[in-house]
Amino acid sequence: MKSVITTGKTVEDAVLAAAIQLAVQRDKLDIEVLEEPVKGLFGVFGSKDARIRASVIRTPKDIAREFLTELLAKMSLEAELDIKETEDRISIYVTGPKMGVLIGHRGETLDAVQYLTSLVVNRNTDQYKRVTIDTENYRKKREETLVKLAKRLSHKVQKTKRKIVLEPMNPFERRVIHSTLQKDPYVSTHSEGEDPYRKVVITLK
Amino acid sequence: MAELVEFLAKSLVDHPDQVDVRAVEGNEGITIELRVASDDMGKVIGKQGRIARAIRTVVKAAAVRENKKVAVEIV
Repeated sequence: MKSVITTGKTVEDAVLAAAIQLAVQRDKLDIEVLEEPVKGLFGVFGSKDARIRASVIRTPKDIAREFLTELLAKMSLEAELDIKETEDRISIYVTGPKMGVLIGHRGETLDAVQYLTSLVVNRNTDQYKRVTIDTENYRKKREETLVKLAKRLSHKVQKTKRKIVLEPMNPFERRVIHSTLQKDPYVSTHSEGEDPYRKVVITLK
Repeated sequence: MAELVEFLAKSLVDHPDQVDVRAVEGNEGITIELRVASDDMGKVIGKQGRIARAIRTVVKAAAVRENKKVAVEIV
């Protein structure tokens, strides 16, 4: 975290000095008073300046950007980040070459990076922000693939009259299957097993 | 690769100064040993090892790029 220690005749003076040094508005600073000022005799003898530590308050968006920028650099991935923050959500879109590495097998790496980013962003805060990371439109394409898969398997279950157990999926992916077949008149779905091996099962109604 | 593990661990724990990472080269590849303060163990392991798994997945992805086999052990 960017922070400086400054001094001043009053705490307020020290804060202003810190704001100038860090080149931010003073309401963006988190202030810790290290020493209260002491007015000396006749304001001269034994007087002591105020000492404070001022730290720049980082928004969840700042934290996400700092963490991901360093993480991707350490993974030797060149990337640019587009980050949008709303009240309860942070959406990050990553662009760059070799994004296949970031996605990984069935989005495994992308999910891991997203989960770690979410942990870091939501550390030490009381307001939870849901973090989503996408690249090369992977999430949307995966959703479309899953919708098609769900419909195809529904037909198969109807034809063979036997249940089908899908491969393990994360909660997001399972939700896509469930909601696609929610109104299907012939089949119903439920999940079995424990994460990360939890699987969707499609059965005949 | 050790640097990556250290960065991830330090980003997650409450006592980053007590994060210790060592890379041990063996026949099977590199083993990265991660040590954290005892009350930070949960922060790098997570419920049912979910955080540890995410760290390993990220490290594995980075290692593949360098054609290395890397294992992460929390000790």
